[in-house]
Amino acid sequence: MREPRSDPDRRACVEAVLFVSGEPLPLAEIARAVDCTEDQALAALEDVQGRLDQCGSGLQVVAIAGGYQLCTRPGLSEVVGRLLTREAGRLSRAALETVAIIAYRQPVTQPEIEAVRGVGCSSVLRTLIERDLVRESGRKPTPGRPILYATTRSFLHYFALRDLSELPPLEGAAPSAPEPAETEPDPA
Amino acid sequence: MSRDLVAAGAPRFTLPTFEGPLDLLLQLIRENEVDIYDIPIAEITRQYLERLARWHDLDLTRAGDYLVMAATLLEIKSRMLLPKPDAGADDEPDPRAELVQRLVEYQRFADAVGSLRDWEEFRSRLHFRSALENPDDYRLPAEPGSLRGVDLARILESILDAAGVESEAVSAVVPRQRVSLRLKMAEIMRAARAEPQGISFAGLIRDASELFDIVIAFLAVLELLRTGRVRVIQRRPLSDFRIAVRDEGEQEQDT
Repeated sequence: MREPRSDPDRRACVEAVLFVSGEPLPLAEIARAVDCTEDQALAALEDVQGRLDQCGSGLQVVAIAGGYQLCTRPGLSEVVGRLLTREAGRLSRAALETVAIIAYRQPVTQPEIEAVRGVGCSSVLRTLIERDLVRESGRKPTPGRPILYATTRSFLHYFALRDLSELPPLEGAAPSAPEPAETEPDPA
Repeated sequence: MSRDLVAAGAPRFTLPTFEGPLDLLLQLIRENEVDIYDIPIAEITRQYLERLARWHDLDLTRAGDYLVMAATLLEIKSRMLLPKPDAGADDEPDPRAELVQRLVEYQRFADAVGSLRDWEEFRSRLHFRSALENPDDYRLPAEPGSLRGVDLARILESILDAAGVESEAVSAVVPRQRVSLRLKMAEIMRAARAEPQGISFAGLIRDASELFDIVIAFLAVLELLRTGRVRVIQRRPLSDFRIAVRDEGEQEQDT
């Protein structure tokens, strides 16, 4: 068993602020509330997690959307699901494609998104904005001043990402210089 | 040079399960097992057009995107058929290059969709508590910038829902009763005075049969709020709120 690195009071304080918070708490905010350094807050967070593991709690601490938050363990989703009704369904493939382009290219205009996808995106964009995964982010200083779109904090939360840097690099090198086609023997 | 295309025994195509012309092209490229950097444009174009022809009920908005691509394919095909000029033939760019670049670009994002789908699935098994209902009164007005147009639309929607505006189909012809803002304000003040705890806005518009009545009631509340005659108490964002008369003392302080 790991030795707790923070004093028990601080651990209790951190656990308490996590409990009352309905959204991810940035480390700085935890430190401010508990009146300690960010390093101490981080150590206390690890101890909270250690305690939860140790006593077989149904809860865990996750780093998500720029902060820390308590949530249920994934293995318990079926049980919890019996209690809760899921509000919105999963995203469609079109919505995922669109939000992927926005996430990697942001800020990006609708015509730019449509150029990549080869299809119109108005209704998909509307859905993403309604679900608070995408927001308007100013206008591009080009003729027509088209609206720019970017992802929201809810986007990070929806995909359980800590921040945008957790998005994996896009596969495949930039397609600027295509390799000459390999010469393979024809399949006979 | 030529590759065997699987056109003959190709699986029967049923429904458009792809997300656009690029997706369809990539699917054809996969099915034919051809190199994306060396697309047999004539054959792929033929198959592409064949698939389009099979959709009889393709709506025009979607068809447009597919037809643009069909035109692009035909143009590339015709350019490839043109004899190359003798000199400097090597400098001639491949007519397919731009299309290939778009396909590769699209493919990269289509691949990213897989990861997003996995994370969505993972995340859906985690449950978070929602924000606490604030035990203190929710202070109005909300901080500037904290509400977006969508939120306001949602508030209006929930109000309209509560009032059952949509569900009730009224067929009788009823002469419109014009309620002035002034009358509405007086009515609200009268009702609110009778209730020390204040009156609920949802209750206020319960009998409203027209959008107009709800709008007038809301405007009246805003006006009373502006002139400092009532307080509005909301327990949490986007919920119903109560309207209470401010006592004389409170009003004095303002002036």
